[in-house]
Amino acid sequence: MDRSPILLFFRRMFRRKLVLVAFVVLFVIMLMALLAPWVAPYEPTAIKVIRRLKPPGELNWLGTDEFGRDVFSRIIYGARASLGIGFAVVVVSMTVGTLFGLLAGYFRSLDGVVMRVVDALMALPDILLAIFLVAVLGASAFNVVLALSIVYTPRVVRVVRASTLVIRELPFVEAARALGVSTRRILSVHILLNVASPVLVQATFIFAYAVLAEAGLSFLGAGVPPELPTWGTMIASGQQYADDAFWVVLFPGLAIVLAALSLQIVGDGLRDMLDPKLRKAL
Amino acid sequence: MDKSPLLSIRDLEVRFRTEEGEVTPVRGVTLSVGAGETVALVGESGSGKSVTSLATMGLLPRPAGRVSGGQILFRKRSGETVDLATLPSSDLRKLRGSEIAMIFQEPMTSLNPVLTVGEQIAESVRLHMSLGHAAALKRAEEMLELVEIPNARRRVHEYPHQMSGGMRQRVMIALAMSCNPSLLIADEPTTALDVTIQAQILVLIERLQKELGMGVLFITHNLGVVAEIADRVTVMYAGQVVETGTVGAIFRTPRHPYTSALLNCLPARAQRGEDGRRVVQSIPGSIGPVGDGCAFAPRCSQAADVCRTGSIMLEAEMERSVRCVRWREAFA
Amino acid sequence: MWLKLGRRLGSLLIVMFLVAAMVFFLTRLAPGDPAALMLGDQATAEDIARLRQVYGLDKPILVQFVLWLKEIATGNLGQSIFLQRPVVQAIAERAEPTFFLALFSVSVAALVGIPAGIVSAVWRGRLVDQIVSGLAMLAANIPSFWLGLIFIQLFAVRLGWFPVAGYGEPGAPFLDRLMHLALPATVLGIVNSALIVRFTRASMLDVLSDDYVRTARSKGVSEVRVVLRHAFGNALVPIITVVGLTAALLVGGAIVTETVFGLPGIGNLVVSAVLRRDYPVIQGALIVVAAIYVLINLLIDIIYTFVDPRVRY
Repeated sequence: MDRSPILLFFRRMFRRKLVLVAFVVLFVIMLMALLAPWVAPYEPTAIKVIRRLKPPGELNWLGTDEFGRDVFSRIIYGARASLGIGFAVVVVSMTVGTLFGLLAGYFRSLDGVVMRVVDALMALPDILLAIFLVAVLGASAFNVVLALSIVYTPRVVRVVRASTLVIRELPFVEAARALGVSTRRILSVHILLNVASPVLVQATFIFAYAVLAEAGLSFLGAGVPPELPTWGTMIASGQQYADDAFWVVLFPGLAIVLAALSLQIVGDGLRDMLDPKLRKAL
Repeated sequence: MDKSPLLSIRDLEVRFRTEEGEVTPVRGVTLSVGAGETVALVGESGSGKSVTSLATMGLLPRPAGRVSGGQILFRKRSGETVDLATLPSSDLRKLRGSEIAMIFQEPMTSLNPVLTVGEQIAESVRLHMSLGHAAALKRAEEMLELVEIPNARRRVHEYPHQMSGGMRQRVMIALAMSCNPSLLIADEPTTALDVTIQAQILVLIERLQKELGMGVLFITHNLGVVAEIADRVTVMYAGQVVETGTVGAIFRTPRHPYTSALLNCLPARAQRGEDGRRVVQSIPGSIGPVGDGCAFAPRCSQAADVCRTGSIMLEAEMERSVRCVRWREAFA
Repeated sequence: MWLKLGRRLGSLLIVMFLVAAMVFFLTRLAPGDPAALMLGDQATAEDIARLRQVYGLDKPILVQFVLWLKEIATGNLGQSIFLQRPVVQAIAERAEPTFFLALFSVSVAALVGIPAGIVSAVWRGRLVDQIVSGLAMLAANIPSFWLGLIFIQLFAVRLGWFPVAGYGEPGAPFLDRLMHLALPATVLGIVNSALIVRFTRASMLDVLSDDYVRTARSKGVSEVRVVLRHAFGNALVPIITVVGLTAALLVGGAIVTETVFGLPGIGNLVVSAVLRRDYPVIQGALIVVAAIYVLINLLIDIIYTFVDPRVRY
């Protein structure tokens, strides 16, 4: 009996084949990132000067870069950093954003202050705010996560606040209040459970944005140190060789597109499934 | 003279594709409207009366809805009779707004909020009467006067949100009348209005109908309104016509149990404590396949075994027709 | 309506204040003494102390903030450490490419996105809709700098249709400028069209099921006119919002694209300022960009009153 809701979940989720494909792609990318040492054909830092800038072929499926390093292996290792940073950003911005969103939505007195700060943060373009924060904090993987979390937290706050405003007026919340349930419990159980689905959807989108933004920052030289292979640093260091060796730029970029697109499609699938209004209209 | 009616719907069947499969909200509707005549189409929500009117206008929501059977014959001003169900959409569009016009239930949302009422009326006029911009606006102003809107000269430049619901419904009527249609379809035009405004709008429609000699197909669930305005009545239930007749005959001697149940819900009769209220307490039956007996049987206090099998035909007698196998024994 | 605009202006001023505060205090988190940074490695302790006094850096931080706010309010964004001139001047010099890039990009995005969104909504669920929605989703997930590099390879290096990078010689004719902006504007246009497609589609779907659209059809209005005049006219408010915000975020949000195409715009200025730790320039650029965002927001509100008569009263 208890398996049926899970089955139903998956059946709804994957009614559109595209969502299933995206889910599988995402799963494969993540698995490769996790198992990089076993999956990658070469060491990502193994320099072979005689084989520099070789086009894709039998030895190096996606070619080699300016130091003769295997592009495919570097993409796999790059996934670790790129997706790792993206995931960390998701975790931080979800946690902080949900907290402030709940507070702003539930307590009128906090609403004004929190939302003005959110507005202020959103008055600056994502990448500009991110590069400013990294500049101030110093360039490191940790600070990139911190900066991007500050950039994307306001989105979560908005979503959670909007849902909370609706949910706090619903009868079951009023009933809980009338029964003397503590505010903390109302927030952490009743409301939190109900904002979970929009937050989950938002999480996949932010994951995608964060992967894109991290690549942008690394490309500008304001992200992670260039020695660390991420998809962004690969493109950044490869761009000057692009005239003769397009693959050093093309393939890391395709990896970004593939990962971000899959995340977006999975997020869309989640939203269609979780939003009862949309489900009915389909 | 051509004695054929202005509008003659024969065996109309409409199907909708939905997520759960195909449904048939209208299955074999037959009714007619003569020139200068007002016919009320009565039934509860979901009975298919609005779908019938939308099918006539060619405004079924696409691509989900389609006419799957029957004819909608309309006699044009030129005297030619066309089948609206099969008419090419460009020809149908030329008839819409000019020879056949429609007013809707919701005056608050049926007018475009970003255009002035004058522009909205003038658009129709320019389209069908080939008038210039200024002449069309002048015509719009005249139409507002016709529907008794004070200060028409000023009002013509106002936006819908500056007007009350009753006023907006007058604008809708002006819009519908602007090209002198020979057929007006009014889909619950008074339902959303206050009772006093309702009466005014009814009087207005009646007056215009007499002055302009239109045929009116008046769709409503309110039999009280029917008594005031209609010449003849067609009652629908679950996508079928269950009874047709003159207002006098229907009100005096309803022959279908559903009609009499409806009549018994009118305040005047209900006070007399006549039977029938229990019908309204139950919910309408789902629209199942045709031929499984009378659609009304599950709710009918007179239902017998004969009602539950076979297909029940519309029996015609003089100006009446009834879809009930037992009407002679139960109601004669 | 004036009251509403006034209230809006008030909240936008608060937003500006918060941006300024954030920029000011976060900059102070940065490692290193600003005065030492300004003077470089050879500075003596006395020099640093003197400069601290000149710039008021020895005063309490809140006093400094108030003084700084006063300067900003009068339009003085300070002095660039490396460029040897006022920040305002440095930004003004870089404004033109950024302005035209934003203008052309948002034009491309709107010209592609709005019709695509309309088509997608009208034929909802059909093949066109699936193709348009699919492409929009793809476009939203392409890193602009990567697409820029690919475009440079294809259209500049291989085909030679457009210049590889830069903004042309100073005083070059407008056509030359256009040629230099064509590729970056197309890249940003494609990437930013995605959101416009989504918004247009959603708001058109919303209004297409409205009653007045049915009324228009009942008048015998042609389907093209129903969609473009009756439905689109009502879908305009959210579409204008998303186009306006796209334009606002492109000023200063095109950093990566400006860098890829070597356009001497504000984004480029910020990147070099970040790499050189030229904080006054970074602060100034952020304030200016936020101010533009706030102003465009106000402009959008004013445009509403022309588009939607209900807002006017």
